[in-house]
Amino acid sequence: MAAESLARPQQLEEEEIYIAPQWKLVWWRFRRHRLALVAAGFLSIFFLIALFPNFLSIHDPKITHGKDSLVGPQRINGLWKLSPYVYDLETVRNPDTFALEHTPVKDTKFPVNFFHHGQEYKLLWLFRTDIHLMGIDTEDGRPFYPLGTDRLGRDIWSRLAHAIRLSLSVGMVGMLISLVLGVLLGGISGYAGGWVDIAIQRLIEFIISIPTLPLWILLAALVPRTWGIVEVYFAITTIISLLGWTGMARVVRGRFLSLREEEFVAAARLAGAREGRIIFRHMLPLFVSHIIASVTLTVPAIIIGETALSFLGVGLRQPAISLGVMLVEAQNVRSIALTPWVLVPGLIVILIVLSFNFIGDGLRDAADPYGGRG
Amino acid sequence: MQQGFPVTKEEEAALRRQYGLDQPIYMQYLKWLGKVLRGDFGLSTAREAPVNDLVKERLLLTVSLTFVTIVFIWTLAIPIGVLSAVKQYSIIDYIFTFTAYIGVATPNFLLALAILWVVLDLGGGYIGGLHSPEYMIAPWSWGKFWDLLKHIWVPAIILGTDGMAGLTRIVRANMLDELNKPYVLTALAKGLPVWKVILKYPMRTALNPFFSGIGYALPNLFSGATILGVVLGLPIIGPLLLEATLDEDMLLAGSLLFILAGLTLIGTLISDIVLAWADPRIRIEG
Repeated sequence: MAAESLARPQQLEEEEIYIAPQWKLVWWRFRRHRLALVAAGFLSIFFLIALFPNFLSIHDPKITHGKDSLVGPQRINGLWKLSPYVYDLETVRNPDTFALEHTPVKDTKFPVNFFHHGQEYKLLWLFRTDIHLMGIDTEDGRPFYPLGTDRLGRDIWSRLAHAIRLSLSVGMVGMLISLVLGVLLGGISGYAGGWVDIAIQRLIEFIISIPTLPLWILLAALVPRTWGIVEVYFAITTIISLLGWTGMARVVRGRFLSLREEEFVAAARLAGAREGRIIFRHMLPLFVSHIIASVTLTVPAIIIGETALSFLGVGLRQPAISLGVMLVEAQNVRSIALTPWVLVPGLIVILIVLSFNFIGDGLRDAADPYGGRG
Repeated sequence: MQQGFPVTKEEEAALRRQYGLDQPIYMQYLKWLGKVLRGDFGLSTAREAPVNDLVKERLLLTVSLTFVTIVFIWTLAIPIGVLSAVKQYSIIDYIFTFTAYIGVATPNFLLALAILWVVLDLGGGYIGGLHSPEYMIAPWSWGKFWDLLKHIWVPAIILGTDGMAGLTRIVRANMLDELNKPYVLTALAKGLPVWKVILKYPMRTALNPFFSGIGYALPNLFSGATILGVVLGLPIIGPLLLEATLDEDMLLAGSLLFILAGLTLIGTLISDIVLAWADPRIRIEG
């Protein structure tokens, strides 16, 4: 009896496997990769932040407060009593070191309001609203800083939300450029073969053999200083992805080469199918999952590239807010030893890159649901 | 031009002629290439010094840093990769796998800052650079060499952590593929000691892609070293290249890029030779 009831779901599942479409098989495989699932959760949070940075920010990320330079993260007290509040800050200049010192004043408490009415902004570029996730009411309009402030007294929490949007979007746009280039050139290379293949392969090897960062620096330094944020953004993204498509091209080419010799392709050709139909209807569906996996692994590389370039001062520049631009504050040991909170953007970079890598690995394992290990 | 004295048309033309700017671009390039092949990289316009003098010492230090890093990567990545493959899904495997992921995901400069912080905190006294102040401009001597060794391990470890993470994964994956093959089973069935079997057969095959990867690891090392050089103030080529590009010092920047690309080519060549030496099949077919 017991054995029977145990056996039944197994059997059902097996039957289901035979009729399941490919995407379902891929999903089942992917589901087993627990780290990838957790990473997907993290990543959806980051994408939500990227969609609503204004709603999450407490203060205008570009406004500087000379008086609030390098405030440490302010603790939100009374969370467990569901009536959160923060202490007022008292700022005094230390007569010996001339540094601004901020101490909480325990007498004045400011309750933290949720869905606070603050500065006006446009939600999703569409709706005008002034509701923010958190905020406090003070007479002098001083906000509170859950993650502290940078040297110029800008709120790191709010800047972080905007930086995540910009850095993620650099990753996604760069990924799209790499995808188009990689699939196009890799596809041509694998499908055409012959001298075209040789030429494209040599080009790829040439690009791989150049140290990327020096070349990025060289190209990025050519971007005129007079360009606006948007132009620089697209220039930098293009520069990073121009060198990043090679991995993708190799994957696509490899797949094309192995599939070209398959019987079903020969059958389709004999049946009189046009080239376009053979490629898009018969071959492409078989390696879409591989492309997605390798796409997922290009995004973190591009994000790290942007961070590195901006950190060195040749990528995105102020007033643009990206994770790399924020990390410029953390360029020396002194700043980390004294004000460790300026490193928070670095932790976010690690988290984002880790998430993409785990998901990419999970997808790569799941990409071929018909073969491989269990 | 910049603030200063006015330049007449004739003077401008004379300057152009002097720097060869009146010739077509391919002639300029060929002339430059001809000089480079004779070992003359020209004059840095922003620093008003011969590129050769600026580069010589930095080149030596760049190569030594890369060499130390590669030695560090190899001595750790191979045993760790083999170990996590043999003990797949054990705690050791999980720990190394996770560390590898973190290593890949952490930008070099963050790791550099973190390690620097830890070293300072422990009272190590390392504050960047490759030399102590007293040896900074001293000529080369055994004392300076010893001093270099005392400094070079910090950047080498930081650079190596990045490269090691990827290589460990490759070795592990290759070992896993090889370990499941019948010849391993045969060797074990014949009663050979387990470690001897592993070291003698699957490991040799598994290291092949590893050797061929050295060539591609080099550009990555140079890239990583650039950022690290800026953060730690290392006297290597990368930071100089960054400064040169920002100054639009084209002769210096071009020469440095040329040298880096050349080093990469040499590295690839060495990796091909090592590959042929390690794998008899390639030697015979080649």
